[in-house]
Amino acid sequence: MASLPDTSRLRGPEEVKAWNADQIWQPPSKAQRWVDVLFRRLCVGFAALTVVLIVLLVVEIGAKAIPAFREYGLRFLYSQTWDPNRHVYGILPEIWGTLYTSLLALFFGTLFGVAAAIFLSEGYMSEGIFKILKMFHVQFHPFWGKLPDRMELLLKNLIELLAAVPSVVYGLWGLFVVIPLIRPACNWLHSQFGWFPLFSTDLSGPGILPAVFVLSIMILPTITAISRDALISVPPKLRTAAYGLGATRWETILGVLLPTASRGIFGGIVLAFGRALGETMALAMLVGNANRLTVSLFSPANTLAALLANTFPEASAREIPVLMYAALVLLAITLVVNMFGALVLERAAAKAEAR
Amino acid sequence: MSDDPKSKPPAGESQAERYLHQVEREAARDPLEDIDFAELEHSIYRPRTFLNGLLSWIATLMTLLALVPLFAVLIMLIWKGGQKLSLALFTELPPAPLEQGGGFGNAILGTLVMVALATLITVPLGVLTGVYLAQAGNDSKLASMVRFSAKVLTGFPSILAGVFAYGAIVLITGGYSATAGGIALSILMLPTIILTSESAIAMVPGKMKEASIGLGATGTQTAWMVLLPTAMPGILTGVMLAIARAAGETAPLLFTALFSNYWLNSGGHLNLMQPTASLAVLIYNFSGMPFKNQVELAWAAALVLVVLVLITNLIGQSFSRQQNLQ
Repeated sequence: MASLPDTSRLRGPEEVKAWNADQIWQPPSKAQRWVDVLFRRLCVGFAALTVVLIVLLVVEIGAKAIPAFREYGLRFLYSQTWDPNRHVYGILPEIWGTLYTSLLALFFGTLFGVAAAIFLSEGYMSEGIFKILKMFHVQFHPFWGKLPDRMELLLKNLIELLAAVPSVVYGLWGLFVVIPLIRPACNWLHSQFGWFPLFSTDLSGPGILPAVFVLSIMILPTITAISRDALISVPPKLRTAAYGLGATRWETILGVLLPTASRGIFGGIVLAFGRALGETMALAMLVGNANRLTVSLFSPANTLAALLANTFPEASAREIPVLMYAALVLLAITLVVNMFGALVLERAAAKAEAR
Repeated sequence: MSDDPKSKPPAGESQAERYLHQVEREAARDPLEDIDFAELEHSIYRPRTFLNGLLSWIATLMTLLALVPLFAVLIMLIWKGGQKLSLALFTELPPAPLEQGGGFGNAILGTLVMVALATLITVPLGVLTGVYLAQAGNDSKLASMVRFSAKVLTGFPSILAGVFAYGAIVLITGGYSATAGGIALSILMLPTIILTSESAIAMVPGKMKEASIGLGATGTQTAWMVLLPTAMPGILTGVMLAIARAAGETAPLLFTALFSNYWLNSGGHLNLMQPTASLAVLIYNFSGMPFKNQVELAWAAALVLVVLVLITNLIGQSFSRQQNLQ
C-alpha cells in the first residue's frame, strides 16, 4: 500500500468515490473470472433456449398429432366433414377459410397500410399543419413551430395503437357494432346482385365480411410500420434526382420510391399475412364457426385458429389428437410464411445497407 | 401556287442569299415563341398535376379512414362500458346466468397474476439473450439463428402457444392452472423482449463499452455496470410493450387457464394450480351469452382491459422518449 491517489478529487458518480482504490488496480479476482465465465455461458444458454423453444413447439404439437395422422392420413387435409359423433374429420373448409379471409384482409390491409405509410413518410401531415399555421402567420413561433413534427409522431403512434387493442375487444366491437351496421347494406347487395358469387348468400349474423373487416384493421399497423421504415430508408438522392428531372411527387413515389422500397414492403406484407393466418379471437367471434366451403362474403365459415379456439375447450379425449393435427397444419403454414417474410426483410435490409 | 413572299422567295436569288434571308428570319423571330408557357404553369387541369393532387387526397383520406376504427372502438367502449362502470365491478365475482349485478374482480386479479408470472419468466431469459445477441454481433452463427428464431416467433399464432402449453403443462400437471396460462403467455412475450433489448443494448455507444473493458472490467461487469443501465429505458419499453400484448391475449388462456367464477386464493393463500379467470377470457365468454347483464359486463371488462393495455403502452413509450432526449 504505497501512496494512494487522492480519491476525493475524483469527479463523477458517488460510487466511484466510494470504491476502494486498491481494488481498481487489481486484476479480476478468481471469483470474478468464474462469475464472468458462468454469466457468459448463461447468456449463450438462454439464447440457445429460443431455438430450442421453436423445436420444442414443433415436436410437442407434432408428437401429439401422430395418432390422428396415423388414423386419418393426408385425407384429413382434403375432406370436408367434421363430425365428432361418427369420428369423421376433415379440415379442407378450415384451410380454405383461413387462406380466403387472410388474403382478403391482406388486400384491404395493404391498400390502406401502404397509403398510410406513404402519407407518413412523405410528411403530408406536417406539411398540411405547416400550411394551416402559415395562415395564422405563426409557423416559426417556438410554441407552434414544433407542432407539425409532434402531430406526425402522434399519428404514427395512433396507427401503432391500432395493434395494441386486444383482438378480443375487436371481436366484441365487431359482434355488437359492425355486424348490425353492415347487415342492411350486405342484404341489399345480396338481393340486387345475388347472382354474383361473392354476394350469393345473405348476412344473417357472423360471416366472412365482418371477420375480414376486423382482420384487415388488425394487420394494417404491421404493414404501415414496416413499409414506412422501408420508404424512409430510400436514399434521399434518388428522390432529389427524380424531382430534379421534373417528376411530380406521385410520379416520384410510384416510379422511384415504391420500386426501391418494394422488398421491404413485400416483407412487411408477408409478415402481415402470417399474422392474419394465425389471428384467433376476432375470427372465432366473427367468422361464424360453420364448416362450409364458400366464396360468398356474407356466409359464415371457419378458420383453423377459430376451430381450435371453439372446439378445444370442450373436446373429448378422442378429439384432441385430431385438433393437434389441425394445429400442426396451422403451425406449418404460419412457420413457412413467417420464415419467408423474415428472410425477405433480412435480404431487403442487407440490400439497403449496401446502397 | 400562292403569292406569299415568305413562302416563295423572289426569283433570281442565289443560294447564298436565300440562306442569308433564312438566318435573318430566324434571328428576327421571338426565341420564346415555341414555348407554351401555360404548360409550365402549375395548373391542376393538367393530367399530371391533377393525378398528383388526386392521389395525395386519396392517400390522406385513406390514412384518416384507417384511424376511424380506433376511435370508433374507443368511443363505443366508453359509451357502452362506461355506463356500467362502478366500484363493485372491481370487488365482486362474476354473476351466474340471469343473476343481476356482479363484477370481475377475480378476472382482473387473474390477468395481473398470469402476466406477472409470464414477465418473471421472460425478463431474465429475454434480456440475457439480448445481451448475448448484442455482444455476439453478426458473425456468430448461433446468434443469427437465435435472432431469426425470435423474428419467426413474433408472428407465432397465439392459439398455438395455448395448444403447446396444453400439451406440455395441462396434460402433465393434470389440470387447468394459472401457471399453464402464464407459461403460454411467456412464449408470446419472449420475442418482443429479446429483439427490443438487443437493439437497445446495441445502441449503447461503443466507446462506453470499450472504456469499461479498457479499465479492466470483465465482460460480465461491463454488461451489468455499463450496458444494462445505459440500455435500461429501451429494455423497459420492450418489456412494457410485451406486457401490454400479453395482457390482451385470449387465445393462449382459453384452454390453459380456462375460467373460474371464484377468487384465486384457496384456504387463505394464493393457489396458482387451479383454473383462473382473466379479463380477456371473460370478455370472450360473456360476449357469447344471451343475457343482457353479461354482455354489459363484457363491455365494461373490455373498457378496463383497453385502459390497462393503453396505459402500459404509454408508459413504455415514455421510457423510450426519455432515452431519445438523452
